[in-house]
Amino acid sequence: MLDDFLNQFLPSTVGGLVFGSIYALVALGYTMVYGVLRLINFAHSEIFMIGTFTSLVVITAIAPASPLTGIALFGVMLLIIVLSAAVSGGAAILLELVAYRPLRRKGATRLTALISAIGASLFLQELFALVIIPWLTGKPGRNQQSSPRLVDRDTVFSIGNADVRTDHIIVVVAAVIMMIALDRLVNRTKIGRGIRATAQDPEAAVLMGVSIDNIVRVTFLLGGAMAGVAGALYLMEFENTVYNVGFVLGIKAFTAAVLGGIGNLRGALLGGIVLGLIENWGAIFLGSEWKDVIAFTVLVVVLMFRPTGILGESLQKARA
Amino acid sequence: MSGARLGRVLALAAASSLVLAACAGGGGGTDAGGDVTSVKVGFMGDLTGESSAIVIPPRNGAVMAIDEYNATNPKVKIELVQYDSQGKPEQATGLVTKAVTQDKVVALIGPAFSGESKAVGGLLEESKIPSVSPSATNPGLAENGWTYWHRVVANDADQGPGIAEFLVKAKAPKKAFVLSDDQEYSVGLAETVAKSFTDAGVAVETDKFSKDASDYSSTVTKVRSANPDVIVFGGYYAQGGRLLKQLRDGGVTATFASGDGSLDQQLVTGAGAAAAENAVLACPCNIPSADVTGPLKTFFDNYKKSANVDPAIYATEGYDAATVFIKAIQAGNTTGEKINEYLKTISFEGVSKPIKFKANGEPENNAIFIYQVKAGVLKLLGPAEEAKIEG
Repeated sequence: MLDDFLNQFLPSTVGGLVFGSIYALVALGYTMVYGVLRLINFAHSEIFMIGTFTSLVVITAIAPASPLTGIALFGVMLLIIVLSAAVSGGAAILLELVAYRPLRRKGATRLTALISAIGASLFLQELFALVIIPWLTGKPGRNQQSSPRLVDRDTVFSIGNADVRTDHIIVVVAAVIMMIALDRLVNRTKIGRGIRATAQDPEAAVLMGVSIDNIVRVTFLLGGAMAGVAGALYLMEFENTVYNVGFVLGIKAFTAAVLGGIGNLRGALLGGIVLGLIENWGAIFLGSEWKDVIAFTVLVVVLMFRPTGILGESLQKARA
Repeated sequence: MSGARLGRVLALAAASSLVLAACAGGGGGTDAGGDVTSVKVGFMGDLTGESSAIVIPPRNGAVMAIDEYNATNPKVKIELVQYDSQGKPEQATGLVTKAVTQDKVVALIGPAFSGESKAVGGLLEESKIPSVSPSATNPGLAENGWTYWHRVVANDADQGPGIAEFLVKAKAPKKAFVLSDDQEYSVGLAETVAKSFTDAGVAVETDKFSKDASDYSSTVTKVRSANPDVIVFGGYYAQGGRLLKQLRDGGVTATFASGDGSLDQQLVTGAGAAAAENAVLACPCNIPSADVTGPLKTFFDNYKKSANVDPAIYATEGYDAATVFIKAIQAGNTTGEKINEYLKTISFEGVSKPIKFKANGEPENNAIFIYQVKAGVLKLLGPAEEAKIEG
């Protein structure tokens, strides 16, 4: 048992960091929308799915004959990240416009919005399975779709018995850059101040001249774009996707957001990484089929002692 | 083959929890031994539903066998009546009643799946109609004490030992790693494979993962740390393809093998052709690929002419199931009871395997067939006793 742990600890840590980074990026969308609207946007997992398919289409169109390196790799990665972020961000704005804004206008309860979110999630999954995926790929919409290889699995360096590969580095570095950029945007810019103000006290924010509709739109755009980036990185790493790829991953990312403290951007980052690591470490002892049990047990235990998550809610409490 | 695969998964899932049944008896117009010029034989299975992709090939095989027979101008011709059960037990029950009382079939090919087979087995028994299923693989079907029920395909319980014994012979492994996802079929297959390895003195380590997981890094870490000689995965091609890709990316080079749930070209597309190369697949089904020789080649060519597509899963078994009844009728048996008597003694070289039945209706020859991915394509290597894997 101890032998297993020593042998597997470092490789599991690398795997946990990589997948945790993807959890964290998706968690940002849940946490931002919750912070501003107090709404759990269940359709966010489909925004992530849209990001994976955007990348799939772009990579398939480029169709690299062999994995890329150097400047070509950088260029293509940048391209799929930007395009996926744009398409997912756009889809998130559209989602807000169609599924949430009419309800908000009518002053509907939060429960109504939640039902609308679940409906939108199922609608998007089926829309992709029945119409969009067959149209994009020419294959049955519920089949798993595979993409060509973009990045070679070269070991860049090893820590003990853990190999750190090019693709691992790309995922973690890209995720960290995106999260720093978002953190700066929310904490250092005028629009970010608007987001924080709305999260803290929507009525006072309106009185101070903040346009709520604009802020909500920007919030969905940013959260959606992060999910798009996560989709691009996911596709590059795993090279396949399917219409319901976001379902379980979305639940885990939401868990990560709650674990870190929902409404808290840095909490989402921390929650994602912690969740990724704990799943993989727990799997060493209990087997990989226990990953989900481990993840949710940790969530329950943390919430028992810190009901607001590890870092607490802070988008609301942030100093403007 | 790819369109067939979703259906295959669903069917296997259904099959693993359900059981098969048999046929209708009662002679079609054979009252008291007058001169009979034709009899009716039924074919039952999911012909238009979501799993039809694995029933249409055996249907085509049966149609082909009966057309070939009728073309020889026999004394008693056979009319094939097709029953579309959609794979649903409740529909199969109604259709069997219709087949027995209205159409007066003397024998039934099918039902294709285990669930519907279980549902109608008793009814066929009462009606004294012999049945031969080309594709129902649930082991429990043979344990109902039915005397009119038969199948020409090895059951699920034969598959795990078949894979393990083949790998022990081919690779002489010291250590095996047995993986599966958490679905019923997957876990069952993995358990029988692991047990057979242990019985053969091979050290076994195991891991499982959720069928919806996409990151298998912890599993890859375990496999690397165990450094096995062979890896067997119990499960379907969607998870199998992802797993195989991540194993190879993670630097694991051991032989990868899996069962009929992963026997699909989508395993190769999911894993990538490079990662999938040399992967070994086992199946109770005998699917000729374009490069076969001998009787299988003849079957391949004739099937392609008759059905206009390459033979797919259970096509040879469908042909053999029909041949069983053709031989019985050729020998002058035109009632369900007489045909069933004849089946006890039948023994011939089928296309898929030598056909002979045990008393409980199971095939005497429960061969498992081995396939290997070569240049990105699944290639039939032959029955497990004879197959030689390369690489």
